[in-house]
Amino acid sequence: MLTHLPILQVIVPLMAAPLCLILSRPRLVWLFALITSGLAFLISGLILQQVMASGTIIYELSGWQAPWGIEYRIDQLNAFLLLIISAISTVVLIAADTSIKQEIPAEKQTYFYILYLLSLTGMLGIVATGDAFNVFVFLEVSSLSAYALISLGKDRRALWAAFQYLIMGTIGATFILIGIGLMYQMTGTLNMHDLSIRLPAVEHTRTVFTAYAFVIVGICLKLALFPLHLWLPNAYAYAPSIVTAFFAATATKVAVYLLIRFTFSVFGLSFSFTAVPLQILFLVFGLLGIFVASTAAIYQTNVKHLFAYSSIAQIGYMIVGFSMTTITGLTATLLHLFNHALMKGALFLALAAVMYRIGRVQLSQFQGLGRQMPLTMAAIVIGGLSLIGVPLTVGFVSKWYLILATLENGWWPVAVLILLGSLLAVVYVWRIIETAYFKPLLAGSGTIKEAPLSFLIPVWILVIANIYFGIDTRLSVQVAQSAAQSLFGVGL
Amino acid sequence: MITGLFNDWVVIVLMMIGFYIVIAHGNLIKKIVGLTIFQTSVFIFYISMANVKGGSAPILAEGIKLYSNPLPHVLILTAIVVGIATTALALALAVRIKEAYGSIEEEEIQKKDNLDC
Repeated sequence: MLTHLPILQVIVPLMAAPLCLILSRPRLVWLFALITSGLAFLISGLILQQVMASGTIIYELSGWQAPWGIEYRIDQLNAFLLLIISAISTVVLIAADTSIKQEIPAEKQTYFYILYLLSLTGMLGIVATGDAFNVFVFLEVSSLSAYALISLGKDRRALWAAFQYLIMGTIGATFILIGIGLMYQMTGTLNMHDLSIRLPAVEHTRTVFTAYAFVIVGICLKLALFPLHLWLPNAYAYAPSIVTAFFAATATKVAVYLLIRFTFSVFGLSFSFTAVPLQILFLVFGLLGIFVASTAAIYQTNVKHLFAYSSIAQIGYMIVGFSMTTITGLTATLLHLFNHALMKGALFLALAAVMYRIGRVQLSQFQGLGRQMPLTMAAIVIGGLSLIGVPLTVGFVSKWYLILATLENGWWPVAVLILLGSLLAVVYVWRIIETAYFKPLLAGSGTIKEAPLSFLIPVWILVIANIYFGIDTRLSVQVAQSAAQSLFGVGL
Repeated sequence: MITGLFNDWVVIVLMMIGFYIVIAHGNLIKKIVGLTIFQTSVFIFYISMANVKGGSAPILAEGIKLYSNPLPHVLILTAIVVGIATTALALALAVRIKEAYGSIEEEEIQKKDNLDC
């Protein structure tokens, strides 16, 4: 059983998705989905433990030897990502039943859970697999279910957002497909490990260069790296609240993983950063992303929009860490990956609770909420502080490592810019705090009750994780550091 | 140069036509058509990549020694399925958008959205 963990990680949610149809009663389906996701979480925990203890796990699908068959290759980076995704998915699902009841019509609720599980399958698959074409397939599994999930939003703008995301997402995925094809043309293999061995021999050719360009641009579209982020704000703002919480915490992380995997492992460090001036490009786009998106966030009137823009800014931080091409820089990126999932998971779930009680998340509706929904608002405040990077929260840990990495490279102007970017975060988080705590309650809104426990429990699990991992950084830093080291070491 | 790489040129031309339609047209159906052309060009790229000069279909039979590489064909079967799913989903969304907005023109939808805000 234990030797089959890598495939079980993917196949359990995949098999569970169609089974939801048989159960048909929304509440039962919810429970079933929750158990499935919990199981995936358990599996990913076991995998991480196994990887940390005994190194990379290689699993050959149905016994076909790689590079002929598909293999799943799970090292520290994969295991770390699997854990983040399945953990967030499980925590978010706890609140799903209550939230979905209000936002999605009863007859569509079963389909919601099916799509949710398929999307989870896709993300886990992208991370687990060691085959380049398999990545494309799982990418489409998760993306197609994502488009459908977003279109379930109450507002008609959700449809338009889903359509725009579909166009952009498909172009991105097709770019990746072209890149994989070109790589196959040059090397005759699709296995990532095999590719990394065979590519150096042909790396001076224009074909490989083109393949690289297609893959990177495709991934950056999925990643919502500034200036390819246009699909993200509306998609996050109009999707059902639960979907936003799930995607904001996981979807872009998977794309960051792909970027790291392709640049560091498949194409190799020396090619990736010499063929294209990637370092300077990513540094500039990352920093621009931080400033443009944070500034845009300040002017939003819809709080979901506000945090969506803040997500783009946070991706900017990850890319800046990535652009340093040092172990500390990559550690910062991986840490921020984990930490940002915790922050945004908590924030968007808290917003889901506000949505549940008020039905809207316009900033003006937040007036006086600090006293009406004290626990939910406190969660938003702590999440916001973490976003800024206040000590004792996870945000501080990742910013600390990021600044450490910039100073290590001697890029002190970048360090200054990162700190300035955090100041912008102070502004947009303060706008929410000010409205919620220092303005009188909206006239005629009556009394608003605190969110039900089904929201408060998952929100506070994530908030406490935000503080816990901000103080006790052993687990997250150790895993991120060893993953970064192995990426700089012998490669895959 | 041109005759030797005929398929590649076809692929590039189709790809650019598809890409251009997606970007330039405001009509959602036209966008979907463009997206499909764009994806199809990639299918042709994979299929022509697998071709071996003088090779026959990869079938186990007497007298067949030289055959085309079947792997890209199989890969592209998967990609075609993905493409169909994408097109179907995009069309379904277009129907829903038409119901909700009464239009499938990007500009009009954008205008109605701006009125809502």
